[in-house]
Amino acid sequence: MIQHLVDGILVGSFLSLGAIGLTMAMHILRFANFSHAELLSIGAYCALVFDKLFESLLPILAAKIGPLSMTGALAISIVLSMAITGLSAVLIDRFIFQRVRQKGEELSMVFASFGMALIIRNIIGLVFGLSAELYSKDIAFAMILSRDPLLLVKPDQVFVLIAALILMFALHLVLSRTTFGFSLRAVAENPSLAQVHGVNLKRMIAAVWIIGGGLGAVAGIFYGLSYQITPVMGRDLVLPIFAATIVGGIGSVYGAVLGGFIVGIASNLALVILPSGYSPSVPFLMILAVLLVRPNGLFGEARA
Amino acid sequence: MPDAVLSVENVTAGYVPDLPILRDVSVTAEREKLTVIIGPNGAGKSTLIKAVVGLLSVSRGGITANSQDITGLSPDRMTSAGIAYVPQTDNVFRTLTIRQNLDLALQKHAHASERLSELYKRFPVLADKQRDKAGSLSGGQRQFLAVAMALAADPVLILMDEPSAGLSPKAAEEVLDHAKQLTSFGVTILLVEQNVKQALKRADHCYVLAEGRNQIDGPATDLLQDPALGRIYLGGERRVSA
Repeated sequence: MIQHLVDGILVGSFLSLGAIGLTMAMHILRFANFSHAELLSIGAYCALVFDKLFESLLPILAAKIGPLSMTGALAISIVLSMAITGLSAVLIDRFIFQRVRQKGEELSMVFASFGMALIIRNIIGLVFGLSAELYSKDIAFAMILSRDPLLLVKPDQVFVLIAALILMFALHLVLSRTTFGFSLRAVAENPSLAQVHGVNLKRMIAAVWIIGGGLGAVAGIFYGLSYQITPVMGRDLVLPIFAATIVGGIGSVYGAVLGGFIVGIASNLALVILPSGYSPSVPFLMILAVLLVRPNGLFGEARA
Repeated sequence: MPDAVLSVENVTAGYVPDLPILRDVSVTAEREKLTVIIGPNGAGKSTLIKAVVGLLSVSRGGITANSQDITGLSPDRMTSAGIAYVPQTDNVFRTLTIRQNLDLALQKHAHASERLSELYKRFPVLADKQRDKAGSLSGGQRQFLAVAMALAADPVLILMDEPSAGLSPKAAEEVLDHAKQLTSFGVTILLVEQNVKQALKRADHCYVLAEGRNQIDGPATDLLQDPALGRIYLGGERRVSA
């Protein structure tokens, strides 16, 4: 039981990172972006490419960092992947979603996002193949934190949790202490009013995509560090990330963080009583329960 | 010729193309005066203000503010043009604190901290509650915060959309008094109001709109005495026929 709880917290850390970008984009652009989880795939595969590239160009970067399976090359790749994924998100919005937004309605955007998800997933499959990839093929040994009850944690998982919490705290500081953060929150709450107070809406929308894409990339890489990366990882993660967003309340960054941990923990604790094959149904059931009992989620607000 | 800060000339505008709400409307706001626009519901008063600040596109006519053509200027460039806007509802960011609301409005000000101190001096209630969320303020306090945010960027012209709507009579009078006071600090005010009697008592000039068109305009004191206006808007001789 305690092992499932710890595993759930670790899963929650990257679900939260993925849900932050989704909740921001959903709130500001007012559409359910089903291609958001594909940004995690883009980030994960970008990191894979850069990791291999840096390892071959600079062999010194192939050395592992302490007890982690992560190398120096991958650490640098994370930063580059964040930038490229953020930029990809901006370009997807500029060339696809923005055009649909100007001509169509919210439902058109939802269908466009479904189409975009399929396109990204298939391009990745075409380029990298359908087989799973790993950042490190070495066996990562788990640390025994407790023998009774047995509690095992890999160093990579501890790193993932700490790094995710640091990123979330950094985002909290930006949103609560900087004028840029106030502008982002202002646009989310009332775009027209934000504009008349001098906030450039287009720049803020681009910023939302960059932040969402960047955090999505980290989430994808952390997922890859914990499990493996496949072209269909976006498909597997879209439901838990949506569940985290809806549980937390659409538009609430803090809600997305809490929602991610709740969904991660609930999905893992369900394994105590359910066969593992039923585990993916837990986020779906959580979405249904929240929409029935508290449609605005934990921190969301009703909006017109 | 009077010194006009805002000149709206024969403007046609609406929410949907080819379905204008305003038709050939012309309004002038003179420097350091309080100009009020009144009219029945659906007259196009709020639409006019939204068209001025760029939230609606103007299909015909032109708008000049401070000797600058602002027709079609995007709303985020209005503060740079010296224009501030206080919407009727949702005029503050409820999820931000009072301080964060003001910091946002001050973001392009060269001397933001000095300006913030001035605003706190003018609205002491905001200084006392600066860490509170704007959503927790009373209606009157929220309106003062909205006015403070509008004043933050040292505007030449403030457009206010029914600032007394939903307020108690006392709070409404305070807000309108404050709007009038602002003119003595060099700010020009263009006000849309349903509270006709109170607005006319404080205004210098008044425009009456109906069905998206100019009806009459003149000095506010003259219109206050006008029996026809009284019948329509002030309820003086209004009768309900059986």
